[in-house]
Amino acid sequence: MQLGRVIGNVVLTLKNATLDGVTLLLVQPVSSSREPIGKVIVAADSVGAGPGEYVFFVRGKEASFPFAPIEMPADAGIVGIVDQWHLG
Amino acid sequence: MLLARVTGTLVATQKHHKLEGAKLLLVQPLNLDDSPRGPELLAVDGVGAGVHEKVLIVLEGRAASDAIAQKAAPVDAAIIGIVDRVDLA
Repeated sequence: MQLGRVIGNVVLTLKNATLDGVTLLLVQPVSSSREPIGKVIVAADSVGAGPGEYVFFVRGKEASFPFAPIEMPADAGIVGIVDQWHLG
Repeated sequence: MLLARVTGTLVATQKHHKLEGAKLLLVQPLNLDDSPRGPELLAVDGVGAGVHEKVLIVLEGRAASDAIAQKAAPVDAAIIGIVDRVDLA
């Protein structure tokens, strides 16, 4: 899993039917020092994240597991909202 | 998932049987400013997208199979939606 920050959302009308009602958010991956790393991705949201929030997300087919038993075509998904983190 | 632009169509008569009936499109992944992001790809179309449209693609094998409702289809990229709008916070 990776840390990221929600920076927006994507709106689709015509889409795979299993994506109905699923929020798709733009996520900028970030380092543990909150610096942007790498490029922005679109992730399915299963935890109710919103713009500006720090989240963690999974990559791969596992992104659709929160929506089981629906077999959704997702390759990235937000699975947690970060309250805080501390570096040792 | 990534944003992408459909840049072309492709015809292949001879292909794996799980790809029969699937539409294959050339797509160019995009950055948020619509600049190209890496090389063009070939993606199966699960939604009826057309050339020049902005779409959302998955780049993962099993997810791409799900997009065309085929189990274990030999694909690794699929179009899963047509983008109406991208909102930046």
